[in-house]
Amino acid sequence: MGEAEGKKDEADYKRLQTFPLVRHSDMPEEMRVETMELCVTACEKFSNNNESAAKMIKETMDKKFGSSWHVVIGEGFGFEITHEVKNLLYLYFGGTLAVCVWKCS
Amino acid sequence: MTPKQPKESKLTNQFNFSERASQTFNNPLRDRECQMEPPPRTNFSATANQWEIYDAYIEELEKQEKTKEKEKTKTPVAKKMGTMAMRKMTSMESQSDDITKVMQAAKIVERMVNQNTYDDVAQDFKYYEDAADEYRDQEGTLLPLWKFQTDKAKRLAVTALCWNPKYKDLFAVGHGSYDFMKQSRGMLLLYSMKNPSFPEYAFSSESGIMCLDMHMDHPYLVVVGHYDGNVAIYNLKKPHSQPVFRSSAKSGKHTDPVWQVKWQKDDMDNNLNFFSVSSDGRIVSWTLVKSELVHTDVIKLKVEGSTLEGPEGLQLHTVGCGTAFDFHREIDYMFLVGTEEGKIYKCSKSYSSQFLDTYDAHNMAVDAVSWNPYHSKVFISCSSDWTVKIWDHTVKTPMFIYDLNSAVGDVAWAPYSSTVFAAVSTNGKTHVFDLSINKYEAICNQPVVAKKKNKITHVRFNPVYPIIIVGDDRGHVTCLKLSPNLRKMPKEKKGQEVQKGPAVEIAKLDKLLNLVREVKPRN
Repeated sequence: MGEAEGKKDEADYKRLQTFPLVRHSDMPEEMRVETMELCVTACEKFSNNNESAAKMIKETMDKKFGSSWHVVIGEGFGFEITHEVKNLLYLYFGGTLAVCVWKCS
Repeated sequence: MTPKQPKESKLTNQFNFSERASQTFNNPLRDRECQMEPPPRTNFSATANQWEIYDAYIEELEKQEKTKEKEKTKTPVAKKMGTMAMRKMTSMESQSDDITKVMQAAKIVERMVNQNTYDDVAQDFKYYEDAADEYRDQEGTLLPLWKFQTDKAKRLAVTALCWNPKYKDLFAVGHGSYDFMKQSRGMLLLYSMKNPSFPEYAFSSESGIMCLDMHMDHPYLVVVGHYDGNVAIYNLKKPHSQPVFRSSAKSGKHTDPVWQVKWQKDDMDNNLNFFSVSSDGRIVSWTLVKSELVHTDVIKLKVEGSTLEGPEGLQLHTVGCGTAFDFHREIDYMFLVGTEEGKIYKCSKSYSSQFLDTYDAHNMAVDAVSWNPYHSKVFISCSSDWTVKIWDHTVKTPMFIYDLNSAVGDVAWAPYSSTVFAAVSTNGKTHVFDLSINKYEAICNQPVVAKKKNKITHVRFNPVYPIIIVGDDRGHVTCLKLSPNLRKMPKEKKGQEVQKGPAVEIAKLDKLLNLVREVKPRN
């Protein structure tokens, strides 16, 4: 019984690996959805290179929503930032990555 | 082929055409700047660790599973109802949560507001001593303080008053109706002097409350007697509207209104017990055994000289109706019962068939009897026949008789002196007597209620403060302060030791009684 449950957990966990889990966001709904999708695309594309993924996200955000955006992608970091209100998104992705996107000119 | 016509520049005649140019005035240029408020910024901080990420995912998993289960178990229709109910519950919970969280603070604020509103009354209560009393030779006055009333109990008469033995500012008011025809519900309200605008506790019942008593050792237990003959015990620690214990037709409730109830000391098994007297002629002792009320008929009031022989040699008695009783403070088994016929019986808890003594007290129903708190032989009785009588229980005739010109609703001894008592009459007046000052007249005779149609039904002295509460038949309770003349202690002669305490009080009353007794043989 325990083993079966363990396997189920693993399977579920793997399912979740591509599921982006929003930890904190104060963006308007539309903006948030767009940004989430953009992050997912970028991380999947550059799965082994965080810098390029971040670069892609930042440039797209700048074009769409104005300058100037900041993006941090990583697996272990702490941060304290000042962001413009209604322009922050902090999400987990892929079971190991954390992405933080905010605007502050 | 159309020949391309060369673009000819216009050849202007030098003589007919001349160039002219002009320049309009250009407005001077000006710089303008504007700075808008920058878009608001806030800080945000978080940590991104592997374990945080993992934990978050697991949480999400669980949430998803829960929602899946809920969807499976509920049918579509029920699901809608369920979610609606859940929403309502959560909103209600949040509402009730909000109130309970601030309940303590709200209570304190309510008391403070009341204190500020009735600030002058509170000051009077504590410090005001009527200076005019020095000039008024022997009379005193009653200073009205607070008035307690609630909308819910507006039409109901005050049928019982009792001070709490532990908290000196808390008192209980029982509401019901004395009218035989118009019987409606009853209410038990507990007020604190610190909050005159709203009762601290409120209980409602289907039948009018006729009497109540609070336990000496357990001041949160209130026993109540109803017009329909039931008795009930309320526990103030559990402020639901329902009584904790209740008698019923099966468990031996009275068949007529219960006029008085009184707690007794715990019996040998440490069970709570109390006595009740009712118009059906039974005096019943109720004991709380294992959360059930068990009743024992202590005595049946028989009208003497009226036993008839019935068929088969049965003795039929006419049953007397008990309206008031009081237990002796020292001699535990002895108690007095007043009846509707105007007789007072002295009974013992041990003898169930015979009375120890009978007094032909009044011409009409006895409304209240009360032993003197200091003197062990003296008791007082009042009746609708306009009189108040003071007795020595060894003598068959009353020691003092007072006629108050109106039916007397209640009489109460003062706790601080053996010679002071108060009586209230249906014409709205409160009379205070001090036998050591004036044996024949009241030293205070004051209309207490606003309208003349208001009858005062009960009066009680506060055990600690010099105040009395008076209840009327409109549901108002008025609190009055006794002026200094009304609470005179015997003056000590210079040089003598200041004696205080019950012995002095007893001696005071003895002296008075002796005076009266000496007069009697001469007559």
